[in-house]
Amino acid sequence: MKFSIGWLKDHLETNASVGEIADALTDLGLEVESISDLSETLKHFKVGEILSAEKHPQADKLKICLVATSEGDRKIICGAPNARPGIKVVVAQPGDYIPGLDTKIKVGKIRGVESFGMMCSEKELQISDEHEGIIEIHGEAKVGQYYTELTDIKDPIIQISITPNRPDALGVRGIARDLQAKGIGSIIHQDIKPVIGTFDSPIKVTLNSNVSKKDCPLFIGRYFRNVHNGSSPKWLQDRLRAIGLRPISTLVDITNYLTYDQNRPLHVFDANKVKGNLEVRKARENEKIIALDEKEYVLDPTMTVISDDEGVESIGGIMGAMNSGCTYETTNVFVEAAYFNTIATAKTGRRLRIESDARYRFERGIDPEFTETGMELATKLILEYCGGEASNLIISGAPPNRPPGISLDPEKLNSVVGMTVSSREQCRILNDLGFKVSGDSPYEVSIPSWRPDIMGDIDLLEEISRVISLRNLEGKPFKKNDFGVPKPILTKMQRRVSKLRRAFTMEGYDECITYSFLDKTSAELFREGKAQAFISNPISSEMTDMRPSIIPGLLMAASKNQDRGIFDLRLFEIGSSFNGNLPGDEFLEASGLIIGNIFGRNAYEPLRIVDFFDVKGHLLHVLDKLNAPINRLSFKRNAPSYYHPQRSAIIKLGPKIRIGEIGEIHPSILESFGLKGSAHAFTIFPENIPFQGSNSSARQAMKISDLPSSNRDFAFIVDEKIQVDAVIAAIYSVDKKLIEEVSLFDVFEGRKAHEQFGNGKKSIAFSVKLQPMLQTLKDSDIEELSTKVIKTVEEKTGGSLRS
Amino acid sequence: MTDEISKLKGDALLRIRDAQDESQLEELRIVFLGKKGSVSLKMRSLGKMSNDDKAKLGPVLNALKNDINQSISEKKRELRKQSIDERLKGEWIDVTQPSKERKWGTIHPVSQVTDEVVAIFSSLGFSVAEGPQIESDWYNFDALNIPPEHPARQEFDTFYIAGEQKSDRASNVLRTHTSPVQIRYMESNQMPCRIIAPGRVYRSDYDQTHTPMFHQVEGLAIDKNITMANLKWVLEEFCKAFFELEKVELRFRSSHFPFTEPSAEVDIKCSWDDGKLKVGEGSDWLEILGSGMVHPKVLEASGVDSTEYQGFAFGMGIDRIAMLKYGMPDLRSFFDNDLRWLHHYGFSTIDVPGLHSGISETAIKSTEI
Repeated sequence: MKFSIGWLKDHLETNASVGEIADALTDLGLEVESISDLSETLKHFKVGEILSAEKHPQADKLKICLVATSEGDRKIICGAPNARPGIKVVVAQPGDYIPGLDTKIKVGKIRGVESFGMMCSEKELQISDEHEGIIEIHGEAKVGQYYTELTDIKDPIIQISITPNRPDALGVRGIARDLQAKGIGSIIHQDIKPVIGTFDSPIKVTLNSNVSKKDCPLFIGRYFRNVHNGSSPKWLQDRLRAIGLRPISTLVDITNYLTYDQNRPLHVFDANKVKGNLEVRKARENEKIIALDEKEYVLDPTMTVISDDEGVESIGGIMGAMNSGCTYETTNVFVEAAYFNTIATAKTGRRLRIESDARYRFERGIDPEFTETGMELATKLILEYCGGEASNLIISGAPPNRPPGISLDPEKLNSVVGMTVSSREQCRILNDLGFKVSGDSPYEVSIPSWRPDIMGDIDLLEEISRVISLRNLEGKPFKKNDFGVPKPILTKMQRRVSKLRRAFTMEGYDECITYSFLDKTSAELFREGKAQAFISNPISSEMTDMRPSIIPGLLMAASKNQDRGIFDLRLFEIGSSFNGNLPGDEFLEASGLIIGNIFGRNAYEPLRIVDFFDVKGHLLHVLDKLNAPINRLSFKRNAPSYYHPQRSAIIKLGPKIRIGEIGEIHPSILESFGLKGSAHAFTIFPENIPFQGSNSSARQAMKISDLPSSNRDFAFIVDEKIQVDAVIAAIYSVDKKLIEEVSLFDVFEGRKAHEQFGNGKKSIAFSVKLQPMLQTLKDSDIEELSTKVIKTVEEKTGGSLRS
Repeated sequence: MTDEISKLKGDALLRIRDAQDESQLEELRIVFLGKKGSVSLKMRSLGKMSNDDKAKLGPVLNALKNDINQSISEKKRELRKQSIDERLKGEWIDVTQPSKERKWGTIHPVSQVTDEVVAIFSSLGFSVAEGPQIESDWYNFDALNIPPEHPARQEFDTFYIAGEQKSDRASNVLRTHTSPVQIRYMESNQMPCRIIAPGRVYRSDYDQTHTPMFHQVEGLAIDKNITMANLKWVLEEFCKAFFELEKVELRFRSSHFPFTEPSAEVDIKCSWDDGKLKVGEGSDWLEILGSGMVHPKVLEASGVDSTEYQGFAFGMGIDRIAMLKYGMPDLRSFFDNDLRWLHHYGFSTIDVPGLHSGISETAIKSTEI
């Protein structure tokens, strides 16, 4: 909402400065977004006159103008179509700052011809958005005179943002009312005398019963005959221009003026183009209208329209029809002031996607009781500036009933807001805002018709506190619910996630935050049968689907980093991924991605690309820090398809619990993400890791033995596809008590192994640590156990001892 | 005999002194003290002597043996030291060569700042609540006193989730704020309560200060007599702790949010000098959050008796306060994951925010915007 200080002073008598007014507005909740004082920014611009204009030899659209200025005659190149000899213009001299271009004018060559200054458009001076041509000054103006002396622009413009609860502040008068309550001046009484009509309107209006109860309970109309609809008076044009509106014609300008002055939207029909009478009704299925924005809209029966005998002439509260719009030729006019329901207007506007000043106001709620007065104001202005005669008023329906009054306990301000204000002052504020306070405490407060947002006493507290000013609110400590040492506030899962994050960084991974949405192609590659969730109004085609996995986001981040020349990357992210389109269809993931060398190029170690077993180490370290039972985890095949089918695993605890997955990323995935080299990734599902059952902080008793342990090494030749975990399990099974640890220390496989042991064979070697707990092992015990180990491994895996 | 002994001693000590290495020294030990060594032979000859001679020569020979032994071990230490010195001379390295550093990764500023916020509010008795990111429009809007055609709905730039539409109910949305967590928490917990709810939120907007995904933290405190003045105190305490300042000045500015009444936007006092922002001084104001007293309709929608309970709520941008405190100029870079940015603005694993040891490593009082 924009207005000028001069306009405000039509309604408010005040000596307050612009700064004081702005400060008060912000404090009242009418936040000032900008103050523009054109009298300051435009003070150096002066009037000039074009003496001659010739076509630029090098450019069809440019003219070389000779312009009389305060500094003498100057050559100025200009592209405006209206630049012609004889008109008076606004001249910027070299060195002048042009606010609309945010630049200083310099002497410069344009297509080989020097130009000494500039003639400005309204947009360049930030007077309006008009930039079709340069400003033409009409009437008395002397070359060299200051431009600001000639216009109304010396009036500072304030722009405020209006929260949806304050439709009353969409009119200058409503703003003045707030300021009066705040003590910034006093509101000027509006004396609006009804005009007595001289004839009955030849156009009749009926409210169909399908709208009269709720969607349009009141319609006031008036017919004006023999009007002259030319350009509106200068003061009105200046007002509208100052707030960025383009003057159109007197009738249209008057409606726009009242929209901003009183928050009273009106519509004017060219009465000669209205066929028969008007009816306010619901639209029929597929009824069409070409609206004033020159677009065709297809209507449906949820929408309120105003129609004549032949069809729809206006979408109620939103926009009128093209064919009954007023022009300079209009001589008879029918003016509408109606009340349209907020919700119905909002729905229609949203369906048709029409943004208009009328819709904006009706959907927030205008003052229904001001409808008749608004019409009388319009009448006064039309008769004054367009002449003609006014008909008697047509009044169909009545304003909706006011909501009942509200009971206000003056103590409540203190108990809710924590502010002490006397009952008298509370009443004073409410009265100044237009509420009527009656009775004794608790007071009975009636709500003004222009405040549809006020519904309960809590709203009254807001009114009082914003006028008193929340700036004055003093903080008061509030008591803790318990005394002593504070209890931990994180849940077990929150604590786990917090540890997980720091555990990842200890493995050298940098935490990323990637968007929760992906492009469709990437999402499909990681879907793995999960139900999809996609956005019906995405901001871009890169962000259409909710991610089914964190890994694609990390791959994109890696790819961008590779583009920047960074190739050794360890990235991780913890967050939700999605497996459906309903609330709760999300699950927590912690994923790591590693690309490049295990160490960067360095003087000490040869370069080595990260492999599966490096990453497996990272994964297990991280899990270990979460106290996950890492010794009971198993690595199974059939990992998701975005992994290398032979170099990936799902990590299980028991047969059912899926703790995570790990693997080399499938080369075709790398290709579609534009990544160079190989990449490995892993994901942990933190919610699937069981918490330790015991509530005791005491550890299990430590079992160690002082008896000497012994180590025996075994190498077996086995089939290539025999997994190490099978052999290790076989060894343990020999004597679970005595065998403390089995560790793999050598793998010999591939072509050379085939030559030595036969095709499809490999050698794997283990160190077995025996730790007696009761008595020292004798050589014979060890021998006996070794024989059993060899026999068991042979039986269970088909392997044989490597001799 | 004594002459012989003293000659032997002189000879032995001299040869030990001149020994070149440990093997020579061992040879000398054998020559003098070995089984057939000259000292050993002399000691053996004691047996044949008279008791008088024995008593006289015995101690002398023993002393000789001790002297030689001592001398050998001294010489041995000396030789060992010499040989170590000699070896180390050859072990010169260039200490200016780079280290074999194994780097830790970094914590993203959003996570770190979230941890800071949690640490501070935990000390005021707030616990951490969570909620889903795909929300029904009821939790995201209706329950928060934003009915379907309310103009405020349009101001959220909501992302809608495609899906089967049940009759005329709107589809699910990506939550536009963390406020739905208030409703979910109040529905399933007894009052009074104090919670914060950090998390991802989504709005269809993209420029230097807006990204379609960002992070908010919601605060909610409900009890029988909590006032807006308490809200102000809590926020003042928070800002002092978070910005690590002795004093901050907050300004409540009346505003409107459908889910609070009265509502206030909160500005923090700061100064702008040459594009440099300093919190806690100066005469400018910077908006940092929105807040208010929970609207009775919101309490009722959550099944809380609004005649018995009242309280406050606030919502604050985590990324935004991170920018203010740590000086990142552009929100978009938060989600760009440029390794250089992550390393520059990220935090060390061991810097876990805690009130007893300080919220952050250093109180950064001046940040560039």
